[in-house]
Amino acid sequence: MDNTVLLGVWLAVGLTLFMYSFLYKDNVFFRFGEHVYLGISIGYIIVRVIFNNFINDLYKPLVEDRDYILIIPALMGLALYTRFFTRIAWVSRVIFAFIVGFGAGLGIPRTIAGGIFKQLEGVLMPLAAIKDGFFFNADGNFTLVNINSLIIIVGITSVLVYFFFSVEHKGVVKSVSRVGIYFVMIAFGASFGYTVMGRMSLLIGRCYDLIEFSSPKYYYASIVLLIMLILVFIIYEVVIKKGEVLKTNE
Amino acid sequence: MNKMMPWFRILFLGLISLLGFNNDIFAQNTLVSPQDFTAFDTPNDAGGSVSLTWRVVPENNKPEVPYLILAATAPDGPWFEQTTLVNLKSDYPQYFGLSASNKLWSYCEITDFKQSLTDDNPKPITATTYFKLAVTDGSKTLGFSSVVSAMHQGNWFDASKINILIFVVIFSFVIMFFISLARKNPDLFIRRIPGLDAIEEAIGRATEMGKPILYLNGLDGMGSLSTIAATSILGKVARKVANYDSQIKVPCRDPIVMSVCQEVVREAYLEAGRPDAYNQDNIFFITDDQFAYAAAVDGLMVRHKPAANLYMGYYYAESLLLAETGAAIGAIQIAGTDSITQLPFFITTCDYTLMGEELYAASAYLSREPLQTGSLKGQDFTKGLIILILILGSLASTAGITFLVNLFKTF
Repeated sequence: MDNTVLLGVWLAVGLTLFMYSFLYKDNVFFRFGEHVYLGISIGYIIVRVIFNNFINDLYKPLVEDRDYILIIPALMGLALYTRFFTRIAWVSRVIFAFIVGFGAGLGIPRTIAGGIFKQLEGVLMPLAAIKDGFFFNADGNFTLVNINSLIIIVGITSVLVYFFFSVEHKGVVKSVSRVGIYFVMIAFGASFGYTVMGRMSLLIGRCYDLIEFSSPKYYYASIVLLIMLILVFIIYEVVIKKGEVLKTNE
Repeated sequence: MNKMMPWFRILFLGLISLLGFNNDIFAQNTLVSPQDFTAFDTPNDAGGSVSLTWRVVPENNKPEVPYLILAATAPDGPWFEQTTLVNLKSDYPQYFGLSASNKLWSYCEITDFKQSLTDDNPKPITATTYFKLAVTDGSKTLGFSSVVSAMHQGNWFDASKINILIFVVIFSFVIMFFISLARKNPDLFIRRIPGLDAIEEAIGRATEMGKPILYLNGLDGMGSLSTIAATSILGKVARKVANYDSQIKVPCRDPIVMSVCQEVVREAYLEAGRPDAYNQDNIFFITDDQFAYAAAVDGLMVRHKPAANLYMGYYYAESLLLAETGAAIGAIQIAGTDSITQLPFFITTCDYTLMGEELYAASAYLSREPLQTGSLKGQDFTKGLIILILILGSLASTAGITFLVNLFKTF
């Protein structure tokens, strides 16, 4: 086997076990893994920003395509650094105001379109098929299609009542909002179960890799590193920590 | 005679097949030339495409009848085949509205100029382009339309989103009305939000224990409404922290959010009359990688052991990693997010959770400023309006009236 592949496998197993060691407690291995992860991610961001944003989005269009309009956003970006100079720090605040205003301006119509209009469009459905009878379709067979519309209307109305802040939740409002919170919790329960299943599949995938890397082909990487990790923890807990306690007592 | 028989059979079968073929031609000759073929700049777009429409005629409106679109840069050609259309598109309300007559028109959008039907490297349309339309039987062209031309251009106004504009205008007026009402009467009622009452308790606990408060703004940038709400709440929390002479730590995932948070916290300390207590280093950037950020914040929690963790803003899959670690170190935890998929995790691991709208209401509840209280009242009024529309719209829809449904169509 190629030595680089082997090195990659041992590194992957080692770092996986280091991160999982957090389940025991915060320790030097987890800290090592955490800082390696952070360092790599920041290094990657810097490279990504230089090549994707600075070179591809600014330098090339400005110098090669002579797209001079880009000078404006470039200056605005540079103005953010004025916050390091007390006398002209106010300039950065203008740019931040622009960023927040731009975010709100972009977000509000999108939220109204997606969060209100699209939802209403889907909900404004017939409550009952008057022509065919309430629970019966055109063939005279029993159907629950219409009751779904009713459940949706009751659910949305009661949930909206729960999120009313101008009215004290007393009497009828309390009862309706209670129904609303039941709807919310049922939805959350379903979402929780669904996501947990997804996380379990991620864990199974990682365990599958660890099992595969414990084979002779990879020189028992998972088993060797796991035993080493456990031994280090035992030595630390039994020998070093005990020694420290004894020293303190003396 | 016997030797002649195979030749006779071949001749006979040939005649039969020829007759059959002729019949097929006759059937296809019932097709008519395209009618009212028009080319124009595609409305409500940012430019880059030209639309072609022609009238749907029953004779041609069959799945086996393909249309062929030809394009040229001059009115007299040369003509290049662009596309063949079998399943004709029509009735595009985002371009042409919701009129029932739209169904009478076929529609095609052209964005590129091809040198042939199989051209894999088409060029964008850059000048006035000429089009003609043909009805074919798959191999032969049976009739051409007249030649039409068009050039695309970007539109400043997207008329298909006018309903959103009207809603925004109405909503803005409602909010402005309630803000003026709140200015006249600052004691407008807002119901108790338990999670927010607990913030005061959490800050007090942190002060007594001499431990910091950890405040997270979520993982989104300043373009997200939940991040804007989270930074607004941060200002109120930071002011209380400054009053209590406690310490707040704000690890950020986005450098711009970090800078905004520094400004917000600095402003809060100034308002509290404690500018000397403000420490810019307590609001810091970690990384923008999701799980590296989660690992670093987890590490921060177990090492600094904050007395209270506040998770406001938008979160993704890292929510449980953060909240679980916070619960393990025994911190009082308050979350506020409109991330529906992550809310269940916060509900199970935090002491209090602000769900969705409560995150936006939090700032008004904490500050009681007329501007924010008025906004909250305006939102409540709009919610009432939506409930009314929901009930009326469903009843109208049941009765077969689609007017209200069409009002809320988005494209």
